[in-house]
Amino acid sequence: MSNNLVVRFAGEGGQGVVGGAELMAAAAAQGGYHVLTFSTFPSQIKGGPAWGQARISSEPTLTPGDYLDVLVAQNRYAYDFNIAELREGGIVVFNSEEFELEDTSRALGLPADKMAREAGNPLASTIILIGAVAQMAGVDLSALEAFITKRWTRGRAGDEQIVSGNIAALRMGAEEAIKSGLKLEQLEAPKPDTTTRILIRGYEAACLGAIAAGLDSFIGYPISPATTMLVYMEQNLVGPDKFVGQASSEIESIASLVGAGFSGKKVMTSTAGPGLSLMGEGLGLAWMAEIPLVVADVQRGGPATGLPTKTEQSDLICAINPGHGDMSVPVIAPGDPEEAFFAAAKAVNWAERYQGPVILLTEASIAERAQDIPMPDVSLISQESRIVSDGSVGNLRYKGDSVSPFPVPGGPGAYVANGSEHDEQGDTTHLPEVHVAMTERRFAKLKTLNDSTYESEGPGEIILLPWGGSKGAARAAWLELQAEGVNIGWRYTMFVNPLPEALLAELRAAKLVLVPELNYLGQFSGILRTLDVNARSITQYTGLPFKVADLKSEVRTRMASASEVRA
Amino acid sequence: MSKRNPVYDFKWCPGCGDFGVKVAIEQALAKRAIERQESVEKSAIIAGIGCSGNLVHLQEGPQPFGIHGIHGRTLPIAYGFKSNRPDMNVLVVSGDGDFLSIGAEHIGPQARRNLDITVVVMDNGIYGLTKGQASPTTEFEVVTATTRYGKLDDRMHPLEVYMGLGVPYIASEMSSRVKQLGEAIKDAMDYPGFSIVHVQSPCTTYNDTYALLKGDEKKGIEPLAFPIPEEHDVTDLDAARKLVTGKRIPIGLIYKRAGESVPGHERLRLAKERTKATQAPVERLLAAMTI
Ligand SMILES: Cc1ncc(C[n+]2csc(CCOP(=O)(O)OP(=O)(O)O)c2C)c(N)n1
Ligand code: SF4
Ligand SMILES: [Mg+2]
Repeated sequence: MSNNLVVRFAGEGGQGVVGGAELMAAAAAQGGYHVLTFSTFPSQIKGGPAWGQARISSEPTLTPGDYLDVLVAQNRYAYDFNIAELREGGIVVFNSEEFELEDTSRALGLPADKMAREAGNPLASTIILIGAVAQMAGVDLSALEAFITKRWTRGRAGDEQIVSGNIAALRMGAEEAIKSGLKLEQLEAPKPDTTTRILIRGYEAACLGAIAAGLDSFIGYPISPATTMLVYMEQNLVGPDKFVGQASSEIESIASLVGAGFSGKKVMTSTAGPGLSLMGEGLGLAWMAEIPLVVADVQRGGPATGLPTKTEQSDLICAINPGHGDMSVPVIAPGDPEEAFFAAAKAVNWAERYQGPVILLTEASIAERAQDIPMPDVSLISQESRIVSDGSVGNLRYKGDSVSPFPVPGGPGAYVANGSEHDEQGDTTHLPEVHVAMTERRFAKLKTLNDSTYESEGPGEIILLPWGGSKGAARAAWLELQAEGVNIGWRYTMFVNPLPEALLAELRAAKLVLVPELNYLGQFSGILRTLDVNARSITQYTGLPFKVADLKSEVRTRMASASEVRA
Repeated sequence: MSKRNPVYDFKWCPGCGDFGVKVAIEQALAKRAIERQESVEKSAIIAGIGCSGNLVHLQEGPQPFGIHGIHGRTLPIAYGFKSNRPDMNVLVVSGDGDFLSIGAEHIGPQARRNLDITVVVMDNGIYGLTKGQASPTTEFEVVTATTRYGKLDDRMHPLEVYMGLGVPYIASEMSSRVKQLGEAIKDAMDYPGFSIVHVQSPCTTYNDTYALLKGDEKKGIEPLAFPIPEEHDVTDLDAARKLVTGKRIPIGLIYKRAGESVPGHERLRLAKERTKATQAPVERLLAAMTI
């Protein structure tokens, strides 16, 4: 018996490999399993190597899985490219219309497209493949049939026909698997679970968290992998006083967000690296003029156009310091879809509370991941609103050495929200003492963000401290290392700037803090070193997430290398 | 120094055209407030960066809200602001560099959205604040700090550009005609849609065009500016195009798109009404994902 089934559908863009993995995950989730998906594809609509992976487990999952139990290969290239990741005893299901394999002792050739066409249901080839995989892994087919019935019963005339056609396709695939005699280690039945669970994608969770916190307005410009948020908001943020707009560039989205935030509304945009670069000056304006707003940066790979559809964690420095001049933008970086929901809500609340810009820093692998999570408790989300001026301080909007009441346009306290250095009423000034006072005021406001939390388990001498989307793989590695008796502690927070004070104290006291992160520079560890933490990165910059096994062996190597451990 | 803020240290040079624009805007805002019986705080001035943008700090009398943001981005700021607060009156003030060079990319989108705002462009044909470099509206062959051989690029004709970008309401004025300018701005604010009042506002320090605009009859110099003939039909697109083509600058209302103007925020409101779109509670959106 196994508690895990990892299936990769590999082929070309446009062949539905990502959709195949997601459908398989959704079906398994419906059957009571825990699921998690990962996909990677080139930045084009058709062609190029693409794959989608579904992990199906009787236990909660943290990563898409290091090795494959099943590789579904749509063409020769997909087979060659991915076969090294098939675990011993794994099975290949290949598209025998496209290519043949010499050794079929652990391989099943299925002309799934042809079978689907001949059955008069050309769209069902993915379901045929799912049927075969499920049969080989011992997944209860009736649960999948129930999923099909639910998914395609949409109250339309042809529903019944589609449902029965798809169930037939599922059985057709299963038949082929039985005929082949190929079997995987059988997947454990799902554990009974009485909690309500949902299957959600990272970007949906982020959007809903922000809406739950009372978001009024969203303005953005399409860019992978952040477009999904703009589209989701256009579809779902639709109330009478809500505004969603497509800007004509990221320069326009950030500037319009400043206008929207100034107007008194709770506002957000989404972007990725290239857009974040263009937003630098506008984010500075929000910092300077003290305008609440949230920018969700869904990280992709590389500078310039880089790797638009791959995952990386290389925008951290830019997120904290997106523009010129002295600023330190609060950054919340969720580690999974569940955290993304609460992180987005917190980002909106933080922006309102300290009256300035906040960055929600996610990444392609989290935004696009579908995962089952416990139903988020919306009642845990508070809706903070900026302190609003009642007019008693007149137009002295920038009076005092920290957060002060915000005059809402149309009401009392007309002032100038100014991106130039300014006095209390927002008029431009160059006086040294005012620049000193105002600079200190802007940084002092960050102190109000003192409700951040962190995880702390195990010893504190040597610490594993991942951030963002590397949390899952790092957690899985840490759990295994613990079980193997390795003496290393676990610390984690999604509040990467400012860091929780108590966490920082723990990190400073450690002899070595190992930071797994998907970038070349070792961005987070660099920041930590400036904070007097002996931090060292474990880096990877392939455009893909960490594998647990790689992390484990790297942690062991680094712990053994005395040169890195502070005396 | 401003009346409202004695320590504010910005000053325009003597004779700067921007003085007239400031007074005209004060008059327009005051008149609007009286007519609508609402406070000036229901208006906001969104200012660009340049000598011109400092106008927002120099307003006297009852104060509107203001944003003095970053160079070239008045229009996007106005887009986010007005879209979320259709109840507010939004006035943009911007220089020729701010609006027509670094910020030019934003004009088309706002015109197509028919964003209900009024833009006052203070055109002095020069970058004033950065001390005299060429702007898109600096004349061909004029020597400036960055055009030692005389300007080699052709001059932009903003009124033609506005027409080309589909701006539905275009007026042209001079800072020296304060009363008429105030009325032009007030009328533009009353127009439910995207309106531009393009103002010749000379820079006495780096590009003094007062004499050129006025001409000199004795010397036989034809004035650059000319009044729009009474019989001009402002809704006639071809007539408006003819008016703005050529070297000379027509003064008055140039174009007002025929038919009813439905501003951007109203288009959205109507679309929501038509589709009966309502905000689903987060709980319901989450529940739809239940396994
Ligand atoms: C991004 C950016 N680039 C350049 C500048 C420098 N700058 C300030 S004002 C200005 C030009 C102003 O010209 P204009 O808009 O015509 O205003 P004027 O001073 O003539 O009224 C420039 C280039 C800046 N502030 N920001
Ligand atoms: S430099 Fe020119 S535009 Fe600027 S204040 Fe002086 S006269 Fe006016
Ligand atoms: Mg100028």
